[in-house]
Amino acid sequence: MDLNKQYTPRTWPDHPETATMEGKNKFVGFWLLLAAETVTFASLFATYLALKDKGPSGMELSASQLFELPLVFAMTMILLTSSLTSVYAMYHMKNHNFKAMQAWLGITVLLGATFLGLEIYEFNHYVHLGFGYTHSAFSAAFYTLVGTHGAHVLFGLCWFIALMLRNAKRGLNTYNAPKFFLVSLYWHFIDVVWVFIFTVVYLMGVIG
Amino acid sequence: MSSIAQKKGFGATIWDYMTTVDHKKIAILYLISGGFFFLVGGLEAMLIRIQLMKAGNDFLSAGTYNEVMTMHGTTMIFLAAMPLLLAFMNAVMPLQIGARDVAFPFLNSLGFWLFLFGGIFLNLSWFMGGAPDAGWTNYASLAIASEGHGIDFYALGLTISGFGTLIAGINFVVTIINMRAPGMTYMRMPLFTWTTFVASVLIIFAFPPLTVGIFFMVFDRMFGANFFDVTMGGNTIIWEHLFWIFGHPEVYILVLPAFGIFSEIFAIFSRKRLFGYTALVFATILIGFYGFMVWAHHMFTVGLGPTANAVFALATMAIAVPTGIKIFNWLLTIWGGSITFTTPMIYAIAFIPSFVAGGVTGVMQAIAPLDYQLHDSYFIVAHFHYVIVGGVVLAILAGTHLYWPKMFGTMLNEKLGKWTFWFFFIGFHLTFFIQHFLGLMGMPRRVYTFVGDQGWDLYNAISSVGALFMAIGVIIMLVNVIMTTVKNERVGNDPWGDGRTLEWAIPSPPPFYNFAQTPLVRGLDSYWIEKMEGNKKGMTFAEPLGDIHMPNNSFIPVVISLGLFIASFGALYHLDGDKPWALPVLIIGLAITFISMLVRSLKDDLGFHITKAELLEDQKRGETDGSK
Repeated sequence: MDLNKQYTPRTWPDHPETATMEGKNKFVGFWLLLAAETVTFASLFATYLALKDKGPSGMELSASQLFELPLVFAMTMILLTSSLTSVYAMYHMKNHNFKAMQAWLGITVLLGATFLGLEIYEFNHYVHLGFGYTHSAFSAAFYTLVGTHGAHVLFGLCWFIALMLRNAKRGLNTYNAPKFFLVSLYWHFIDVVWVFIFTVVYLMGVIG
Repeated sequence: MSSIAQKKGFGATIWDYMTTVDHKKIAILYLISGGFFFLVGGLEAMLIRIQLMKAGNDFLSAGTYNEVMTMHGTTMIFLAAMPLLLAFMNAVMPLQIGARDVAFPFLNSLGFWLFLFGGIFLNLSWFMGGAPDAGWTNYASLAIASEGHGIDFYALGLTISGFGTLIAGINFVVTIINMRAPGMTYMRMPLFTWTTFVASVLIIFAFPPLTVGIFFMVFDRMFGANFFDVTMGGNTIIWEHLFWIFGHPEVYILVLPAFGIFSEIFAIFSRKRLFGYTALVFATILIGFYGFMVWAHHMFTVGLGPTANAVFALATMAIAVPTGIKIFNWLLTIWGGSITFTTPMIYAIAFIPSFVAGGVTGVMQAIAPLDYQLHDSYFIVAHFHYVIVGGVVLAILAGTHLYWPKMFGTMLNEKLGKWTFWFFFIGFHLTFFIQHFLGLMGMPRRVYTFVGDQGWDLYNAISSVGALFMAIGVIIMLVNVIMTTVKNERVGNDPWGDGRTLEWAIPSPPPFYNFAQTPLVRGLDSYWIEKMEGNKKGMTFAEPLGDIHMPNNSFIPVVISLGLFIASFGALYHLDGDKPWALPVLIIGLAITFISMLVRSLKDDLGFHITKAELLEDQKRGETDGSK
């Protein structure tokens, strides 16, 4: 593969992410990794449901008392929006518009970082209510499920930033297009997991 | 570039293997390290049988026995059986589909090094304060109460090697989906490739639950989480579910590739097309599918209730159907064939009754009420050794003989091979057949000794003698390997004379680019078709001779794995609370891993090309030095 080959929107392939054999392999391999990730989160969700509201005898705190929807709703909207902006970035990637892609990726990173900041604030709030990691089986299951998602968000942010900086000066080619595509795929996955967390942990938690 | 046939010094060879991304060399790495752990696990088995040779023996203390028993199971499953099968998958599967390498050569190397460092870490527990002692299933109720660092070695070691296995699984699936040669449709793939495919899919879905369960255990021990602490609302049954959601598919991850190896052997040495190829493929898929629906048959006595037990009992019995389909297809492949009794073939023939015996006792245990009687007795020990040794280990030994020429270019001695077989086969039945009766008489498993005069003494002594026979068989095999390597008599493309699939159409061992020209596959048993049509080249080519793109070697996989290895020591000793250096070690280790991952991501690695002229030169050399 020639890294110095210059593309124009006219010579740019329709599916730059799978234009090369490496790209095709990465595409299929990453979907399989997401399958494994799905099972990981399924295990965490199952454990959370089994241990919800479980603690030492006489435990006062329960999900319905603890969770409040306004902040979590804001976080959900921010993360969903960031998924949309990453779609815009991929739209421009496919049209070989590097600058627009970088701009939308930048917005995605900002939204993701905001989400992460709010999550840290939320956790901090719970800890001050006495709901620490070692508080009960419930707290362990909650923080491990939501925290694993948060760690994925952090990893995704680092990945976005590393790729944006690395390729800032050389633009798009069929070597780095699959990399951008995969990180956006990963970002969608994180978003889908959050939708389930919002439903299973927060909505079902508030209902009781 | 004459690196193709260079003679290298010792140091250069080591460096070459540490940086290699060639699937054939990684296969050899898996074979050597898996073989080493097989010997370690075998030694532990011998210790167990010496201890149980007579009633009231004090050869091992109760605590040591628990460690030896735990490490025997863990080592054999995770560090011996799986890597040895991964060795054959790596060595053969890409050749069978006409590919030049796997889809992700770098990840292939990373998977191996993660497995090796995880395995070493686990085994270092022997020298660093005691091995894990809660059984290979590591049930939380036992493990949480275990003192010392044994359980931490188990948890961290298996996490590292588990990541390696997951990577290998993803890699093989992508390879089979994307890298097949022209004409190699799914229903023309050799059965070993099919079983590799299904087993790899199982790896992808089965390993994450184990990783999650292990993380819960690590968090409980490291950060004071309460997943398994009942007084804090925890629940130890969660571990059992997560472990067996992994653990049962794991059985099929092991046994499906074994089925694949035997399918190849039956076809080759009966000189017949596999009977019922399509049925065998669908039975493989069905077994993989059912494999995920039966985990709770390991937990009948937990008290999940009659409904759950009934559902899982039925699902378990259903698995006998596709397995039976396979057995009959193999029998009908042999039927009317022109059979040669080579070493791989006698292993394959011996496998059928041995594995059926294990399967039948399995269906017995699927009957939940009966399982209440059999649970935790030697009957269970006999059953799973019939399945794992009678299925998987026989396949590994058979596969070693079958594929040795393709991996190393020399042929293992047939006479010694048959000696190995008879010692191992007789020893295996001597050891484990009688354990069924010990179980029915009430001897519990995992107990370090027993009281005499209950009718158990003679049976246990016989069982121990059988273990000795197996050990002798393995020693003969080692002698065989050494003799063969010293003699170094090179063999041609198709040393068994009746090879049917693409790997036998190319030199032994193949050049590092496998196929100078990508083959065109014209049907099932591609090489056999070409042979029958008198094609001397053994292949129809899909492309003219041209430049070949190859991946670069890399040292980064070793560094990534080493980082996790170092970090694990930090995590482990951080638990003690009085070792201030532990946290920095943890952080430094993780930093090494993540920085090397970043380097890999950001540094362009485009591989290199072998030119047509070099290929021609290489082919000419192959013809003149007679290795063809």
